[in-house]
Amino acid sequence: MQGFIAVYLREMRILKRRFWRQLAGMAVSPLLYLIALGYAMGGAARFDGRSYLEFLIPGLIAMSSMTQSFGIATDINVARFYWYIFEEFQAAPIGNVAYVAGEVLAGMTRALMAIAVILVLSLLFGVRLHYGPWLWLAALLNSFAFAALAVALAMLVKSHADQSMLTSFVITPMAFLGGTFFPVERLPQWAQKMLAVLPLTHASEAIRGAAFGETPGVWPYLILVAVGVAFFVLALGTVNQARD
Amino acid sequence: MIRIENLRKTYGKIQALCGIDLHVPAGELFAYLGPNGAGKTTSIRILTGLTRLSAGAAALNGHDIAAQSTAAKRQCGLVPQHVNLDSELTVGENLDLHGRLFGMPAATRRQRIAELLAYVELGDRVHSLVKQLSGGLKRRVMIARALLHNPRILFLDEPTVGLDPAIRRRIWSLIKQIQQQGTTIFLTTHYIEEAEFLADRVAFLDSGRIVAVDSPTALMAGVGHWAVDWVSDAGLQSAYFPSREAAQAAGAARHNGFTLRRVNLEDAFLTLTGKKVATDANAQTVHGQGHGAHAAATRNPTGGQAKKGH
Ligand SMILES: Nc1ncnc2c1ncn2[C@@H]1O[C@H](COP(=O)(O)OP(=O)(O)OP(=O)(O)O)[C@@H](O)[C@H]1O
Ligand SMILES: [Mg+2]
Repeated sequence: MQGFIAVYLREMRILKRRFWRQLAGMAVSPLLYLIALGYAMGGAARFDGRSYLEFLIPGLIAMSSMTQSFGIATDINVARFYWYIFEEFQAAPIGNVAYVAGEVLAGMTRALMAIAVILVLSLLFGVRLHYGPWLWLAALLNSFAFAALAVALAMLVKSHADQSMLTSFVITPMAFLGGTFFPVERLPQWAQKMLAVLPLTHASEAIRGAAFGETPGVWPYLILVAVGVAFFVLALGTVNQARD
Repeated sequence: MIRIENLRKTYGKIQALCGIDLHVPAGELFAYLGPNGAGKTTSIRILTGLTRLSAGAAALNGHDIAAQSTAAKRQCGLVPQHVNLDSELTVGENLDLHGRLFGMPAATRRQRIAELLAYVELGDRVHSLVKQLSGGLKRRVMIARALLHNPRILFLDEPTVGLDPAIRRRIWSLIKQIQQQGTTIFLTTHYIEEAEFLADRVAFLDSGRIVAVDSPTALMAGVGHWAVDWVSDAGLQSAYFPSREAAQAAGAARHNGFTLRRVNLEDAFLTLTGKKVATDANAQTVHGQGHGAHAAATRNPTGGQAKKGH
């Protein structure tokens, strides 16, 4: 337990030092999407009977909770390849669970901050949605899954460059296609089937449903839990791989 | 305290360690001496759990490093070759995290941090950010950190590399003090004089093999007591003699200058491996040209032992 706290506390102390920079970073891309897509272009369009801004904001919550929680992979890598701080954890008498759980919780904390930023932005744009427990649950499960994936991949990569590749080839496409910017139903059947594989598609669906005040279906939640557990177990296994 | 049996490590085709056998008793200050790439860091990384071994076994204070890795890790403190502090955090925060990782209760943590920072003479730097410290100060913080949880064994991987002579001497005396308090110390170095000055016993490591293990005095005595250096077309040559008189006589027989000095650990290493230990402070002989057989002042990097030839 102490080990878990140490890992988490370290991330939080660093986050505290970078707080305003980090917060600004979290605001930039949602703000650009809101202005460019929601405000300027989507003014007249209606999606699911709502304005595009209303459609977009839950998508941005899904996207940011994914990218921010996945973002710990970069920090883990910098700590591992440039500062060698990861060795402190390897040499410490703590279990892999403590390490993975500490980092995952740090990723989730960042995701929560990012969501709060989007909520503030949405108020500025005059959009009011339902921000009830189902929305938070979906966002948390989403960030849990992607933080766990981040830890696993950060342990497996051999360099920081590999990490950037993964982000470009896995996370960025998912961020655009996973039901964030447009309804997946607008795509042909085969494409919908493919996108159903992406965890983010389910997170977007659940978050958007909850934000629109609908009673959410249970499947997206179950899928997110299953994916999260799978990534977490994967992460546990990869910590040993990081020893050369 | 440290027991290593037939330890092997391969990285792909590279054999970093080819079967190391070693026993370091409790309380000893043991030095691992070898050129770049000999496998010093690899050995320490395996013992402290940072790298997996390929074959063989090792135990720290009776705890097998593979089967009882958590118990084994509790035995050791590590000062790695490169700085691995969190530069965005303060000195105190770095130490505090280490204490938490080793399960120290809050009160003990606070007390030990204050104690150890005072010990390495950094009591006033608790709140400094690590990135504002110089290299020598960072080393001292790392030593304090490694000792925080009262380890039985302290691993120091080139603790003084890149430090100026004054700070190096301070760290040496710190290391001696730590040993006097009962900690077993395993250090690596490629500074000959460091091993000579500090170690109870030295292992010469070369290309993943231990070539010899003994006390510095015994290793040097195996070569002789006095050395004569001279420069020939083949480079710097040395010859070793049991007595000063014999060395003096041999030196006098050469006509373009020689250096008379005490045998040092490097001579022992050279004799046993046929290689030089890579160091930035290799012996340099200054010739007294035109003084016939008499001249030859020596600048001896090992310090203190250089004698003038007459
Ligand atoms: N992660 C790694 N991957 C591949 N080869 C490695 C790795 N780490 C070390 N080696 C190789 O293992 C051998 C021993 O390296 P090691 O770092 O243990 O040497 P060293 O004695 O500490 O040298 P130095 O004095 O330069 O620190 C070298 O040939 C090195 O290239
Ligand atoms: Mg080394």
